[in-house]
Amino acid sequence: MSDRETILAGLPQDEQDLLRPLVQTTGKFWYAAVVLGLICCFGLVSYLRQLRYGLGTTGLNQPEYWGIYIIDFVFFIGISHAGTLISAILRISNAEWRRSITRSAEFITVLVIGFGAVQPIVDLGRPDRALNIILHAQPLSPLLWDVTSIGLYFTACTIYLYLPMIPDLAIIRDRKIKMPRFYRVLALGYDGSPKHKHLLEKIIGVLAVAVIPVAISVHTVIGWIFALTLRPMWHSTIFGPYFVMGAIYSGIAALLIAMAILRKVYRLEDYFKEAHFNNMGILLLLMSCLWAYFTFAEYLTAFYGQEAAEMRTFWDKLSGRFAWPFWIMVISCSVIPFCLMCRKKTRNVRGTTIASGFVVVGMWLERFNIVVPTSVNPRLNLYQPAGYTPSWVELGIMAGTFSGFILLYMIASKFFPMVSIWELREGEESLVKLRHRVSGYLPEALSAAEARTAEAVTSP
Amino acid sequence: MPRWGMVIDLDKCTGCRACETACAMENNIPIVSDDQLAMGRGITWMKVLTQVSGEFPHNKVTQVPRPCMQCDNPPCAKVCPVKATYTAEDGIVAQIYPRCIGCRYCANACPYSVKYFNYYEPNWPGDMRRQLNRDVSVRPKGVVEKCTFCHHRLQKAREIARAENRPLAEADFQPACAEICPSKAIIFGDLENQNHRVFELSRGPRASRLLEDLGTEPKVFYLKKEI
Repeated sequence: MSDRETILAGLPQDEQDLLRPLVQTTGKFWYAAVVLGLICCFGLVSYLRQLRYGLGTTGLNQPEYWGIYIIDFVFFIGISHAGTLISAILRISNAEWRRSITRSAEFITVLVIGFGAVQPIVDLGRPDRALNIILHAQPLSPLLWDVTSIGLYFTACTIYLYLPMIPDLAIIRDRKIKMPRFYRVLALGYDGSPKHKHLLEKIIGVLAVAVIPVAISVHTVIGWIFALTLRPMWHSTIFGPYFVMGAIYSGIAALLIAMAILRKVYRLEDYFKEAHFNNMGILLLLMSCLWAYFTFAEYLTAFYGQEAAEMRTFWDKLSGRFAWPFWIMVISCSVIPFCLMCRKKTRNVRGTTIASGFVVVGMWLERFNIVVPTSVNPRLNLYQPAGYTPSWVELGIMAGTFSGFILLYMIASKFFPMVSIWELREGEESLVKLRHRVSGYLPEALSAAEARTAEAVTSP
Repeated sequence: MPRWGMVIDLDKCTGCRACETACAMENNIPIVSDDQLAMGRGITWMKVLTQVSGEFPHNKVTQVPRPCMQCDNPPCAKVCPVKATYTAEDGIVAQIYPRCIGCRYCANACPYSVKYFNYYEPNWPGDMRRQLNRDVSVRPKGVVEKCTFCHHRLQKAREIARAENRPLAEADFQPACAEICPSKAIIFGDLENQNHRVFELSRGPRASRLLEDLGTEPKVFYLKKEI
């Protein structure tokens, strides 16, 4: 037994459980890390090849200008709504069950947003000129709004991940289980005094409110990138809210998958309980209904307009060349998650994970169905519809970015506890607060009676 | 300020594609290999599109030469994040190749799909590189390009007219496609100048524009077929 493990064995049970990944690493972890690392290297090689020879190495053509990279961009930024938005909403609404899941959610956000933000740069024909976006900024372009809002969102999310982590970093610093100097710097001299704690909670409270409009703006603007052009099936007012809703949906699904994996590999069954999966499952159920509603509204509007250019893309999706991706999307975003999540019996760990897997695939396909069918069907009917087959360079970069995200998430779990230790402990205190809160909702007569029984229970 | 525009008489167009060739030679348009062409990566600033209408055997074929529409309200210029495509003073929609970041947003926004992307470094087989037009820059890989109404010719004509101290006449500035057209189907000039043929033609009863309902206000007019 190493020194670190002796220290670990002397800690309280919750710290033992949650800090164990920081000091013990299994062979399986290394095996997975090496495999993911190799896929990342392949992605890097693919990108170097694209840099050397140009975007000709992709499957893109005229008029199919945007492909896998833009699909992944929308998808990744969508996943990033898992963390910050969900955890902010749960924090503000005082949902007590959030305590063990916010940290892992916020980590998804911060890590995935980086991989999302590089996609448009990978997609650029001249990445060497990317700075022109700032040097020659053209404020009317939705692309510029996008750079601004993603930049702001990334900054806000990183702070929103870091601040609530400070007390845990201080715990690690005090226990001296790993890299003392690193954690001393990160913990910023936090000592857990009421003054520090109060200040921290105040800042977190303000940030949780501030981050919500920023998160909504991010995916709205991504929707607008498409909607503000005159392309058939893009030029639609529903795109802003539709993208935000889809982002939250895919984010919840990604978070559920991450929770299920963390629970299994780090044996956190006591922290990610069936109740958490049940509650998240209800959110998933709500989002699957919203998804079906938005999608129906979008297609119904297009269908009743019967505009010739719109209908070419419309039928290409519903019964043409894109019928397979379209109907697989419909089934895996609405039918499967709805059927699994509407019954309490299947709203367990296994059920929610399966539903989430389908939702993640379905939401990727949704991004595909937005980008590709419109691109290959030009508005002017004098052109023939084009086709699109992604090249191995595009698929390589896609595989690389997916594995890169998972790898970074794994590495993060080795340096930071994936469940908030101090917030869970706060949960005990909030039992008392909760009693006060609930009695505040009741009529005077009932709440007085309730207080008397509470006193009788606590003082024997 | 003149407002340069084009009138294309669909009655006169024979579909010979001389305009495509003249344009390619004039504007240093790279030659794309056969397999790239099959992938749909050919570059043709001026392209003759074919419209087939009616049921067999009563088909009717119309050849539609399609340059850049040089819209007064261009959807491409609005979305460009770096102002690499914008409406110049004379109404021609310009492209700045050394500034373009290659995001292809403008290409997606164009309802007429007139924008082309350089997927590879430009290439000319054999000796063809030696006959490049020195007045037109060769575009590097990774940028978007399109028809400019042979803007370099306008610059030259304007300078000559200024040196000779006379106003610019219609014959002074003609793009390569209008100049070469053997059946004189492409007429070019100032849409606001009564002495130019396009003034009358673009206001005539046969004139219409592509996808007029989008409100892009193109400066390319088509005279519909009478036969």
